Amino acid sequence: MITEKDVQSRVEITPLNGNEILVNMGPHHPSTHGVIRFILYLDGEICVRAVPDVGYLHRSIEKIAEGMPYSFFMPYTDRVDYVAAVNCNLGYALAVEQAAGLEVPERATWLRMLGSELNRINSHLIGVGALAMDVGATTPFVHAIREREYIMDLLEIQTGTRMNNNYVRFSGVCQDVPQDFFSKTEKFLNHFDLFLGEFDRLISTNKIFVERLKNVGIVTGDQALSYSFSGPNLRASGIGHDLRRLDPYCFYPDMDFDIPQGVGIKGTVGDSYDRYIVRIEEMVESVKIIRQILSKIKEGPIQSKVPKKLVLPEGETYHRTEAPRGELGFHIVSDGKSTSPYRIKIRTGSFASMTSLAEVFKGMMVADVVAYFASLDVVAPEVDR
Amino acid sequence: MTTENIYMLVYGVIYLLLLAVTAGILTVVERRIAGRMQSRIGPNRVGPQGAIQFVADVIKALQKEDIIPTDAYGFLFKIAPYLVFMGVFLTLVPIPFGAYVLMEDLDLGIYYVLAMSSYVVIGLMIGGWASNNKWSLLGGMRSAAQKISYEIPAALAVFIVVAMAGSMNFQKIVLAQGASPVDWFVFRNPFTFIAFNIFFIAALAEGNRVPFDIPEAESELVSGYNTEYSGMRFLFFFLAEWGNLVVIGALVTCLFFGGGTFWYEWVVSIPAPGREPLQFEVLGFFWFLFKTFFFVFVIIWIRWTLPRLRIDQLMDVCWKYMVPIGLFSSLGIVIWMYVIPENSGIDRVVRIVMTSLGALSVVYFHYRVYRNMKVTKAVFYANPFV
Repeated sequence: MITEKDVQSRVEITPLNGNEILVNMGPHHPSTHGVIRFILYLDGEICVRAVPDVGYLHRSIEKIAEGMPYSFFMPYTDRVDYVAAVNCNLGYALAVEQAAGLEVPERATWLRMLGSELNRINSHLIGVGALAMDVGATTPFVHAIREREYIMDLLEIQTGTRMNNNYVRFSGVCQDVPQDFFSKTEKFLNHFDLFLGEFDRLISTNKIFVERLKNVGIVTGDQALSYSFSGPNLRASGIGHDLRRLDPYCFYPDMDFDIPQGVGIKGTVGDSYDRYIVRIEEMVESVKIIRQILSKIKEGPIQSKVPKKLVLPEGETYHRTEAPRGELGFHIVSDGKSTSPYRIKIRTGSFASMTSLAEVFKGMMVADVVAYFASLDVVAPEVDR
Repeated sequence: MTTENIYMLVYGVIYLLLLAVTAGILTVVERRIAGRMQSRIGPNRVGPQGAIQFVADVIKALQKEDIIPTDAYGFLFKIAPYLVFMGVFLTLVPIPFGAYVLMEDLDLGIYYVLAMSSYVVIGLMIGGWASNNKWSLLGGMRSAAQKISYEIPAALAVFIVVAMAGSMNFQKIVLAQGASPVDWFVFRNPFTFIAFNIFFIAALAEGNRVPFDIPEAESELVSGYNTEYSGMRFLFFFLAEWGNLVVIGALVTCLFFGGGTFWYEWVVSIPAPGREPLQFEVLGFFWFLFKTFFFVFVIIWIRWTLPRLRIDQLMDVCWKYMVPIGLFSSLGIVIWMYVIPENSGIDRVVRIVMTSLGALSVVYFHYRVYRNMKVTKAVFYANPFV
């Protein structure tokens, strides 16, 4: 049993009024996906106040970066968001390339996009599956995981590993793909279209599932901006903000894809169901993008010359990409002399999502707390880094 | 001790063992079914096709340290699982698995079952409270609210059956039905069909099964009332839950699906059920078990498909829909029975129409499954033992 004294050591605790009870949800709790902790003040089933407590998975990734050359930091970016590792690799590589002014061969860019879109599907599968599981449906989660296995098989062919791919290099990628990779990807996409239909019939249109998510945890567009939401969570609130369009990188301007937005399909704009359905639609869009990549990719070099001792010019650089959980920005400060960064700051979508919890949780039921939190698709290592 | 008492004791021990073993097997069956639904195998290592996995599980649980939290209320914490198990086990007493396969032929059988099933609440609440854990307490309170609420629609549904059968004795309720689907209460008239649906849903809710498993809602309350339990005591909660599946299946079979009545009259000219030769008695017993386990399968199937309701939605379903519909139907059945006498022409037509509708819905279901499989290009693996 936790005492108030234990809690006070980390977060400020306010006195309990009336019938309130203090409940410690996490850091080890089935629905907090990793180690995230909320301190809930419950009045019966209603959550009166809530204090999110982050930091249990802090690994000083940003500090580690200061002690090593730029290229050595690449494997650490995998661990920023282990569900979407290639996206994080890509974000870091693009930031360094922007600062150093490095050129990237065409095929390498295509491969990067391919990897990151595959990883986006991978990540959204986990997101929607975990959401389904948190509202009590186990089977959709396992089905999502099953499809994710196929993606991880593809990623294994492409990058050499299933997770924590460490795929992207400065000015290139670490390895080219084998000949049959594209046909295998095509085969997977054909299968995945069918799967998405089945998944929708199984859970997306399920009455109980819709009832559990609609009008729960409504975040309006203004609120979402004030919480500095980004990515799918922001789009679900009705703001069509996608960095692949607004601040393009790689060959995304050439790609033909839609930006799904929350329209309150079952309830209100910005409710949990919108966040769910935006992710489902984004998977469809990612499939579209991958198909285009497959048709456009050409033979060519995958790596261009990078100086052995990479020293970034003095100054600051910030580059942002659209990761599955929102804007992933790498802010690199270089002193112009050292081969390692002076400071790296990583801006992640999950951390921004966490800022909304204290306000949105107010007045929710315990079951909704879980549903709202799952609908944000927060990954613990991305929050704490 | 009289001879009768000794017989009762022997029966009791046999029932207890049978229920425990059945519940154990059901855990394995459930996991295998879940595995099949989730594109995985499930337990298949211990024994042929994992059939005695539950023995291994029990042995494992028995070896665990019996942990009682320091701040828990020791005595109540200890007895809670047994109260729950007892509540489930005692409901089996008046259920006729066959004309002779029952422990006690109670005239107030249905009252008894309703009373005993609410007994479980006490155990769950004690378990939740005595654990001195807030998650457990929340789970215990939720289960109390849920079970007591759903007693009412269940009782209303049962009332309809009692009105039809004119008795609260399970044997007589079974005898009031027949072997053919047209004679089953579920297809007798629209009100009994509603009663069946209400009863089945309420039974799911009382058994803490998905979509009504909010007392142990894993993602919300960690594990609800049994969070602090481990080893043997946890096993008893577990046994009670799976034993309850059998109870739900058996009750539904008895009340709405004609119990173990078989088509004796088609085979031999002995019209009076309850006086068949032994082989037909055995046949009826297995027929009853078949129906029971069909419903157990349906419950398992529902569990691995549906999400969980929220507590207020759960209460809405009960008080805003099921109770009014149940009241309406129990009024309706009385009028129906007054207006349309049994075995009149209209009654027969209604029965046949209802049964055909039931059969049609089964056909439609299979068509939907077939179409879905076509759309998703799914492959059908007929062999359940892969």
